Amino acid sequence: MAQLAAVVGVGQTKYKTKRKDVSIAGMVREAAVGALEDAGLTWKDIDAVIIGKAPDMFEGVIMPELYLTDALGCNGKPMLRVHTAGSVGGSTAIVAASYVQSGVFKRILTVSFEKQSESNAMWALSNPQPFSPHLNAGAGGYFAPIIREYMRRSNAPYDAGIKVAVKDRLHGAKNPLAHLQLPEISMKEVEDSPMLWEPLRFLEACPSSDGACAMIIANEELATKSPRKPAWIRGAAMRSEPTMYAGREQVNPQAGIDCAKDVYAQAGIHNPRKDLDCAEIYVPFSWYEPMWLENLGFADVGKGWELTMSGATSLTEGGDIPWNPSGGVLCSNPIGASGMIRFAEAAQQVRGEAGAHQVDGAKTAMGHAYGGGAQFYSMWVVSSEKA
Amino acid sequence: MSSSAEILSQAFTLGYTYTRSTGPIVGQFLTSLRARKMVGIKASDGKVLMPPVEFDPVSADALSEFVDVADSGVVKTWCWVKQPRKAHPSDKPFAWAMIQLDGADTPMLHWVDAGDEAAMSTGMRVKVRWAEETKGLMSDINGFVPEAVALLGELKPAASDEQITGMEAPIYLTYNFTAGKATARYLQSMKKGKLVGQRCPNCRNVYIPPRGSCAACGVPTEEEVTLGNKATVESFTIVYIPIPGNPIKPPYVIANLVLDGANLSFLHLLSECKNEDVRIGMRVEALWKPEAEWGYAMENIQYFKPIDEPDVPVDQIGKLIDEGR
Repeated sequence: MAQLAAVVGVGQTKYKTKRKDVSIAGMVREAAVGALEDAGLTWKDIDAVIIGKAPDMFEGVIMPELYLTDALGCNGKPMLRVHTAGSVGGSTAIVAASYVQSGVFKRILTVSFEKQSESNAMWALSNPQPFSPHLNAGAGGYFAPIIREYMRRSNAPYDAGIKVAVKDRLHGAKNPLAHLQLPEISMKEVEDSPMLWEPLRFLEACPSSDGACAMIIANEELATKSPRKPAWIRGAAMRSEPTMYAGREQVNPQAGIDCAKDVYAQAGIHNPRKDLDCAEIYVPFSWYEPMWLENLGFADVGKGWELTMSGATSLTEGGDIPWNPSGGVLCSNPIGASGMIRFAEAAQQVRGEAGAHQVDGAKTAMGHAYGGGAQFYSMWVVSSEKA
Repeated sequence: MSSSAEILSQAFTLGYTYTRSTGPIVGQFLTSLRARKMVGIKASDGKVLMPPVEFDPVSADALSEFVDVADSGVVKTWCWVKQPRKAHPSDKPFAWAMIQLDGADTPMLHWVDAGDEAAMSTGMRVKVRWAEETKGLMSDINGFVPEAVALLGELKPAASDEQITGMEAPIYLTYNFTAGKATARYLQSMKKGKLVGQRCPNCRNVYIPPRGSCAACGVPTEEEVTLGNKATVESFTIVYIPIPGNPIKPPYVIANLVLDGANLSFLHLLSECKNEDVRIGMRVEALWKPEAEWGYAMENIQYFKPIDEPDVPVDQIGKLIDEGR
C-alpha cells in the first residue's frame, strides 16, 4: 500500500514570450525558490530533485539537468530527469510523487521548465529529415486533421473552439502569472484571427512561452507539519500508446481513457463532473477541450462540446465544473512546464491558494497532461482531504 | 520478397542558432571579457570561482560578488592535441589546459599556443593573448601563451560597452541517417515507381510506408504488398503558414491519405482542386513526377489529385480492398 504524499509548496515564474533577463538556470531557480518559500523550507530540507523538460532541441542544451545541479541545490543529492514530450511536466510530478509514496524519499523538489525563446519552438520538432517528405507543419498541423475528424463525428457547432479560446483567456486574465492577458477578448476577435491550420485559428492555439514551475512533495508526516495547507495526492496515473498503427483511435485515444479510469479508481471518483470541483486539463488547441471532456468521461462521446457551449466549464460564467481556471495552456505554454503547471494549479485550487482564479470551496481537483502524438498521458487527482 | 535491401544512408544536420540569454552573472563575465578584463566570482566559502557561476556548487547560494582576477596564471594540467580538428580553436598543434589565474581559486579550461609539446609543463606560467577584436565571447581570449612570449599584435578597442545579456549559440549536430531495412526496401520500390507496403502477419493490416513492424501487435512485418495509386482522404488541414525551407506556397492542403488496400494513413500534398472542396472521404490519385526525376523518395509523387469517384463512407476509410489487384 502506497504511503500518502502531498504537495506542500508551489512556485511558478511569470510566463512570458521572452525571459531575456535570466539564464535557463536563473529561470528554473526562481520557480524552485518560490516553491521552497511557499513550503517554508530551505535547500537542506530536500532529499532529491526530479526535473522534467520537453525535447532538448527547444534550447539546444543537451542534458540541461547536468548544468542545473548548482541552481537546484543538487550537491550530494539524487537527481533525475524525466522526459515524455509535452506531458513531461505531469509525468515528472508523478515520478516525484511515487518516490515519496514508496517511502524512498521524504521530501522532493520537482521542477520543470521551457525557455522557448531560445529557439523557434514552433519548428524545432519539424525539421526536414532524410527519406521522408518534409510536410510536418508544426504541432498545429499534426493535430488539425484530428480536430477536423472530431468536428465531423460530433457535429459540433463551428464556434465551440472559439468559445474555449475566449473562456480560457478570460480565466487567464484573473491569473497574474498567465502569459496572455486578454481580458477584452471576444468571440468575434477569435473568429477573425488568422487561420493557421484550418480549422485552427491563431487565437485558438497556445502561445510559445518561457517559464518554470516547481513543487515540493512531502510524505504524510512532513506534510502535516507544513505551514500552508497541503494538497493530498489521491491518485496518479500514466499511460502511453504508439503514435502510429493501423486502426488507432486518434480522436479519443484509448490510453487517455485508461489513464483516467485508473486515476479515478484510485481517488474514488465515480462521476468526474460531479465528484471533482475543477480541472486543469492540457488544452493547447481550443478544440481539445470538448475532445478531452469526452475522453476523460466528463461528457458522453459526441457531447463534450455541449458542456463547453453551456458554460459548464467556465469560471466566469459560474459553470459547475470549471476547466483551466488558471487560463490553461491556451494562455501559457512553456512546453516542458505546461503539464506541471496543470498539476500545480490543481493543487493550488484545493489548497485555497489560487487567488483571483480560485474556484470557491474547491476540495478535489484534477491535473492532466498529454504529449507526443497524443500518446503519453499523465493525470493526478488532489484533494484538501486525506481520504 | 526481395532478398536484401541496399543500405540507404544520408548525412543529416540537425541544428539551430539559438539565442541564449546569459543572465546577469555570465553576462557580466562576457561584458568584462569584451573589455579585456578577467572577473571571477566569490563563492559562499570565500573562494574565487573562475569563470563565474550563478549559483554556488556547494551551498546552492546565489552568487553576486565579482572579483578582479589577473590575466596570467599557472597551468594545472594539460593535454597536447597533435592533429587539430575543424572545430578546434587552432589549426596548429596546441594544448588544452586547466589554467588557474592569479587571484582565482579554481582553474578554467582554455587552450595554450605553445608551439611544441616540449614547451608545455604542469606548473608553467601562461598569460592571456587577447583577440584583436573582442565580441563578448569566450573566444575573445585567443588562447594563452607562455608568459615570456612577447605579444605584439594591435588591439582594437571594444566596439561597444553595453551590458551583454544574450549571445548566439549555433548548435548543429551532423548525423549519418540510415533508413533501415523496411524503409530502404520501400524507397527502392519508390525509385521504380511502385508503392510497396508490408502486411502484419497477425492483424493483417497493411502499412505504407512500412516500418518493418506492426506497432499494434509488436511483431515484424515481412510480407510485401504492392498497392495502386488511388487513395482516400481520411482527414486534412489547410495550412496557411509556410514551412521554413520548403517552396510550397500557402495555403496548401496536407492530407492524411490511406491508399486502397492499406490500413494506415500518411501525409501528402493534395492539389489540382479548390481547397474548399476537399473533404473527408474524397477519392484521390497519386500524380508521379517524370520518371527521370525519381529518386529514393516519397516526393517522386508530386502530389495527389482528386478523381471522379464517389466519396468513401467514413466507416470504410482505411478498410478498402485494392481493386486493382
